Amino acid sequence: MSQAILRVQKISGHAGSVPGEGTQREYTVCKLIDTTTCIGCKACEVACMEWNDLPFGETVFDNTYQTMPETRWNYWNLILFNEHVREEDGSLMWLMRKNQCMHCAEPGCLAACPADGAIVQYTNGIVDFQQANCIGCGYCITGCPFDIPKMNPKTHRVFKCTLCTDRVSEGLEPACIKSCPTGCLHFGSKDDMLDLAGKRAKQLREHSNFPHAGVYDPPGVGGTGVIYVLHDATKPEIYGGLPSDPHVPWTVKLWKGPLKWLGNVAMVGGLIGLFVHYLRFGPKAREEEDINPSGGKP
Amino acid sequence: MNKSEQILPHGHLLRYALKERLTHWVAAGAYIYLLMTGLAFWSPWLFWVAVIFGGAPVSRMLHPWAGLIFFAAVWYMYVMWAPQMKHTDVDKAWWKAVRYYSTNQDDKMPPAGRYNAGQKFLFWGFFWSAVALLASGVVLWFPEYIPWNLRFLRYISILIHPAAALFTIGLFLIHVYMGVFAERGAFGSVIRGDVSIAFAKRYHPGWYKEIVGESSTPRK
Repeated sequence: MSQAILRVQKISGHAGSVPGEGTQREYTVCKLIDTTTCIGCKACEVACMEWNDLPFGETVFDNTYQTMPETRWNYWNLILFNEHVREEDGSLMWLMRKNQCMHCAEPGCLAACPADGAIVQYTNGIVDFQQANCIGCGYCITGCPFDIPKMNPKTHRVFKCTLCTDRVSEGLEPACIKSCPTGCLHFGSKDDMLDLAGKRAKQLREHSNFPHAGVYDPPGVGGTGVIYVLHDATKPEIYGGLPSDPHVPWTVKLWKGPLKWLGNVAMVGGLIGLFVHYLRFGPKAREEEDINPSGGKP
Repeated sequence: MNKSEQILPHGHLLRYALKERLTHWVAAGAYIYLLMTGLAFWSPWLFWVAVIFGGAPVSRMLHPWAGLIFFAAVWYMYVMWAPQMKHTDVDKAWWKAVRYYSTNQDDKMPPAGRYNAGQKFLFWGFFWSAVALLASGVVLWFPEYIPWNLRFLRYISILIHPAAALFTIGLFLIHVYMGVFAERGAFGSVIRGDVSIAFAKRYHPGWYKEIVGESSTPRK
């Protein structure tokens, strides 16, 4: 969460129009992560912790470089290390993927959230949690296809990467980008990043013996504000379980779509129906008839 | 309950014992809280309802606990009433004649016992919905503890919970309509416990015969 001067184009749990929609001339921003040049130095993790003043948590030593299995409410940026044997020649690849919020164009967290203004999407595409409005229901955890929102057990509020909204709104790149020593992280407009990623993937295909190299920008969630260049874009799962075709869960869509309409129509229709029934038929018998049973028809 | 104890002075019959009335109102109180806070989470247009109950975070915190109270009350109803809620041949005939019931031609209805077929449907509808709401509700209570490879539990719970709740809302509306508006005397019976003989004869003739006996005259 931040006090950015960005306007909002989508709001969770909100009745009526969205105040900021279409009111700002703004680029859609994008972070490009080139997994082929990442060396797993974790500078981005440190920069994230530093810039966002996140409290330290305990790490887990499991005899690998993996200091913890997944992101946490106070650890928004985690490199996932995976060893992969190439089918082509049996050679070993050590894959490193910086994992964080993907800033989906159609965010599942925002769709599932019932709290007004707890999740917003700015006009530049950044998806941001506003903990002051969060009610702690955890529906965002269910809505997210990337397992990113994490609950703080003490405050019962959910946290995740903000894409350094506070820095971006001031014209700076996110802290992770600034820290990367190999230049595998880039930041700019979505169009520019797609162009750059496409060129890099082409280079990998044509000159580096990675015939399946490609760009990860999954259309199932409307594209993402964080895109990857992968050595093998046909198998994103090998990069620590990156889903090959992520979607907002269909049950969430059904619940927030047809069920909502059906339920509202049924509830309002039921109330009106009962009222009209009473006007038409009235009570089954009048109370006077019970006092004087001869007046009724028992 | 002893049958003769159900015959009260001044032409009244005891329909609901104190423990039945208490259980009903514990369930009713919990249900109304669950309904109001649930509706607040259901639609952004009703989010303001949560403000009445102390704000949305408080509602989120207390909703599961109210759910446990509701389920406990429903479970006790099951213990008390399940034997009386068995589907009978009279109930089959009752459903066939339901259009007469809904148009207030009660003289054309087959003789219902203590509970008519509609009330039995309400009972089982609420019972099985309460089971579904509890099972899905536990998942929604602690979604952060459901591991990623069991995430389908979250996905089905988030659909089952509102669907079952909507079903109970339909039952609830009809229940309140019947009890408060359509069958005069029913609302009083779940507060004071008694109904008039006329009420018993009109709506539950089978039950009336069972208590009073066909030939015997009730005490005045």
